[in-house]
Amino acid sequence: MQHAHEIIRLDASALAEKLAAGEVSSVEATRAHLDRIGAVDGDVHAFLHTDSELSLAAAEEIDRRRAAGEQLHALAGVPLAVKDVIVTNDMPTTSGSRILEGWRPPYDATVMTKVRAAGLVPIGKTNMDEFAMGSSTEHSAYGPTRNPWDLERIPGGSGGGSAAAVAAFEAPLALGSDTGGSIRQPAHLTGTVGVKPTYGGVSRYGAIALASSLDQIGPCSRTVLDSALLHDVIAGHDPRDSTSLTDPWPSMAEAARRGDVKGLRIGVVSQLSGEGFQPGVLERFREAVAALESAGAEIVEVSLPSLEYAISAYYLIMPAEASSNLAKFDSVRFGLRVNPPGGGTVEDVMSATREVGFGAEAKRRIILGTYALSAGYYDAYYGSAQKVRTLVQRDFAAAFAQADVLVSPTAPTTAFRLGEKTEDPMAMYLGDIATIPANLAGIPGMSVPVGLAAEDGLPVGLQLLAPAREDAQLYRVGAVVEGLLESRWGAPLLTKAPDLTPGEMAAAEGGAV
Amino acid sequence: MSEITTEQVAHLASLARIALTPDEIQSLTSDLRSIVDDVAKVSEVATPDVPATSHPIPLENVFRDDVPGETLTTEQALAGAPDHDGSRFRVTAILGEEQ
Amino acid sequence: MARDELMDFDEALERFEPVLGFEVHVELNTKTKMFSSAPNFFGGEPNTNITPVDLGLPGSLPVVNGQAVRYSISLGLALGCSIAESSRFARKNYFYPDLAKNYQISQYDEPIAFDGQVDVELSDGRIITVPIERAHMEEDAGKLTHVGGATGRIQGAEYSLVDYNRAGVPLVEIVTRPIFGAEKDAPEIAKAYVATIRDIVIALGISDARMERGNLRCDANVSLRPRGQEKLGTRTETKNVNSLRSVERAVRYEIQRQAAILAKGGTITQETRHWHEDTGATSAGRPKSDADDYRYFPEPDLLPVVPSAALVEELRAALPEPPAARRRRLKSEWAFTDLEFQDIANAGLVASVEQTIAAGSAPQSARKWWSGEISRLANAREVDAATLVSPEHVAQLVALVDAGTLTDRLARQVLEGVVDGEGSPQEVVDARGLAVVSDDGALIAAIDEALAAQPDVLAKIRDGKVQAAGAVIGAVMKAMRGQADAARVRELVLERASAE
Repeated sequence: MQHAHEIIRLDASALAEKLAAGEVSSVEATRAHLDRIGAVDGDVHAFLHTDSELSLAAAEEIDRRRAAGEQLHALAGVPLAVKDVIVTNDMPTTSGSRILEGWRPPYDATVMTKVRAAGLVPIGKTNMDEFAMGSSTEHSAYGPTRNPWDLERIPGGSGGGSAAAVAAFEAPLALGSDTGGSIRQPAHLTGTVGVKPTYGGVSRYGAIALASSLDQIGPCSRTVLDSALLHDVIAGHDPRDSTSLTDPWPSMAEAARRGDVKGLRIGVVSQLSGEGFQPGVLERFREAVAALESAGAEIVEVSLPSLEYAISAYYLIMPAEASSNLAKFDSVRFGLRVNPPGGGTVEDVMSATREVGFGAEAKRRIILGTYALSAGYYDAYYGSAQKVRTLVQRDFAAAFAQADVLVSPTAPTTAFRLGEKTEDPMAMYLGDIATIPANLAGIPGMSVPVGLAAEDGLPVGLQLLAPAREDAQLYRVGAVVEGLLESRWGAPLLTKAPDLTPGEMAAAEGGAV
Repeated sequence: MSEITTEQVAHLASLARIALTPDEIQSLTSDLRSIVDDVAKVSEVATPDVPATSHPIPLENVFRDDVPGETLTTEQALAGAPDHDGSRFRVTAILGEEQ
Repeated sequence: MARDELMDFDEALERFEPVLGFEVHVELNTKTKMFSSAPNFFGGEPNTNITPVDLGLPGSLPVVNGQAVRYSISLGLALGCSIAESSRFARKNYFYPDLAKNYQISQYDEPIAFDGQVDVELSDGRIITVPIERAHMEEDAGKLTHVGGATGRIQGAEYSLVDYNRAGVPLVEIVTRPIFGAEKDAPEIAKAYVATIRDIVIALGISDARMERGNLRCDANVSLRPRGQEKLGTRTETKNVNSLRSVERAVRYEIQRQAAILAKGGTITQETRHWHEDTGATSAGRPKSDADDYRYFPEPDLLPVVPSAALVEELRAALPEPPAARRRRLKSEWAFTDLEFQDIANAGLVASVEQTIAAGSAPQSARKWWSGEISRLANAREVDAATLVSPEHVAQLVALVDAGTLTDRLARQVLEGVVDGEGSPQEVVDARGLAVVSDDGALIAAIDEALAAQPDVLAKIRDGKVQAAGAVIGAVMKAMRGQADAARVRELVLERASAE
């Protein structure tokens, strides 16, 4: 039996060991995290929905099975936060949008089936930019999430809720989705670990699509090993997702535990390590590269010459696919319906519903995407963007001929203040420069904390990129970076985060506590 | 590239079935201009010799066996519907013809 | 609705050249839908044969039905098409309440099959070659029911109800190139073309091909150009043509309607028109406008279809014989005269006759019933004969006649019962008590009664005036309410006469 404040600070792997040893029950662990959410989420607002009764029942069931001597998965009984983009058959799913407020899906996403089968305990749905459209979680229809390091700042996006939940010790693990950096950039801004697997590595079935050819579900955690453990649970072929890979995957957890970089060639991306990046970000980045070199890695410089076109291609492909994916929100089968004053035809009702139900950023991207696909513009915009995608892939192929893993800062700056960039969409979009190329090319990427920027004391992440299907390399290298820097710091980075004072609960609570 | 007009944005909004207000059309027109100015540069390098990539990891011939699986019940199907008659979804009058 | 002005057909053809084009949608009879594992069956309770995919629920994803792809390739091959080395699905984006995702997964610039041709035989035996542009795979939409308003049509309805059972049913759309030179045969070519497509898909076994159920749907494009003009005229696309007969009538109507407009110096509006079976007329839908910008793009949730050469050759080897060759073979197997065969071919009844023979009937019996009584009933009811009754039931009917259970006259009554949905021929016989009375005792009793009523007849027969028996036979048949075999009655009458 441990005190709740100790339980919540345990990494998922450490908690899992205590659960397996019978030192902590899943009910205790779940209750401790629900209490933490109750105490701090009024300020952080990482969660859109929790259901104590449901979560405790799931935890109880795990405890019962463990008591009965059942052989359980290593993570059985560990609480898990779930980004609200993932459909759950027992909790509402809104994708951060007003248009889906209160929607209860009649089915579970494949990743939910997998995490439930492994015995993880879902403890709530996390906040996000509406339909994952954003880099700050300010575009959530349900209000922004705040960065646990500084409540006046954004936690990144779109998966700000999942990253903040993990950083604020509201959950040891979370699921995110990454279309252009939505797992990695929030990890960078909150001092946590986040991984975008190889496209097709994790099933997209049940993840509400933003851009189908870019989206990928992945893990968020406080340690590299924890992400690896969750990655192992959710990866694998799913016949319900045509783009799901049939490859067998090596154990990511084993790669994280093995963690070595001797003789490995680490490629520093020249376009992503200089101009346009905050000095404190670059300083931490160079330090991390030096640490890798001292551990026996060979550092080389690589170039991604098409990078300046990548962000343009992304901001054509993503809205184009999104404009089509979001057409299903039409007030006929599910979600919001708004009847225009005086009634109207079904066309009027659809248009009124979409006007009220979508936020400004969603509308902006739908209109942009509709434009990019329109007759007469397709070749110049969407068609050209698809060609740039080929160029980006060629760039990576050339870079990976010189290096086993590529590195860069995960984003150009540390967390900015709420409201600072909402009026300038292009400035917000440029913040995704380092993360977007991996989505265009389908390759895996990780963000791992490398310290605090000197000028503002906010977290900085190192992005690791590996060739498609080489996700294990990320864990191998990420674990080394983590180990070297933590031993230098004497403790995990998050121990330096300010204490959050208990406040009022904000998430919708579905069940009695 | 052609300059984007408010009429064009209004047309896009009707294609996308969003009843934008005149103010929204105005501000989206200026947003779109600045975004499109920037993203239009993709055509500079998209030369005819470069093939298009629509899927990041190339796969082909992914098929399902023709074997019936689980279906939703009518109750499940209608549970989230804004309006229904007990077995079918209900919508207000349709103006346009079927496609 | 004001009635359209029509020009006399022959006059229209004198002044204008018709150019035809067809888009035929074939619903495949796979076990599951195109992109989901929901059963491919859309009768029954609304919204039951659906999965999250068919309802377009957020997060759901399509997966291609491999069997539907094989069927589509077979159909492409049967249409003489090249099969694409690589084919792709695309999204066709438009909002409509029967379209769950508000985009239809279809094929755009990379269809599975393209550049084919199909030979169509006319009633006089001439062969017309119809050029096929492409055949592509797509999914069907749900079904709308319009409630309120006068006619249940879309105009004036208060609200509409949506059933998604049909959403996602696999379709192949076959698109022809413009068909020139049809001239006065245009209506017949239209009918013969659709009948040929029907014969092909039935022979392939890939569709139930029941037009009245929407398994096979034809959109007919018609345009006219003045004699001597190179440029094609503006075309209309007539939808909702649900029988072979309607295809023929709709094309004839559009030619007459357009000719009347053009002759007055008017212009044809490029539009969708709807065929009305009841009035035998077409009416305008909304004109195609700039709003029809479908914003096609490659479907990112699906991968390219790249049929191997081995698969294509395997499917090619398994193709049934082409309809024209098949007709020649059947004609000789059945020993039909040219006239007899043309009769059933023109009526679109070859498959029906074939299936009836397969179910056990003699070729001449099968032919006689289909081109005779069944066609007569179908004409009276203004439906296609092939859809009126199943070949199995016809074979059963023939068997009952052959066995002497029914006379031809009784069999016609039984057929009407079957057509009216009273069950199988045997069930109708049982329910209506229509079987021939084969009990000699009952017949003899009736004969004796008749002889007693007409005493002079017996004497005439004995005098060798055998034809006098007719009066007794007639009385017996009347007494038996027609349910007797006249030949047997005659035998018995003569026996009675000679016995005494």
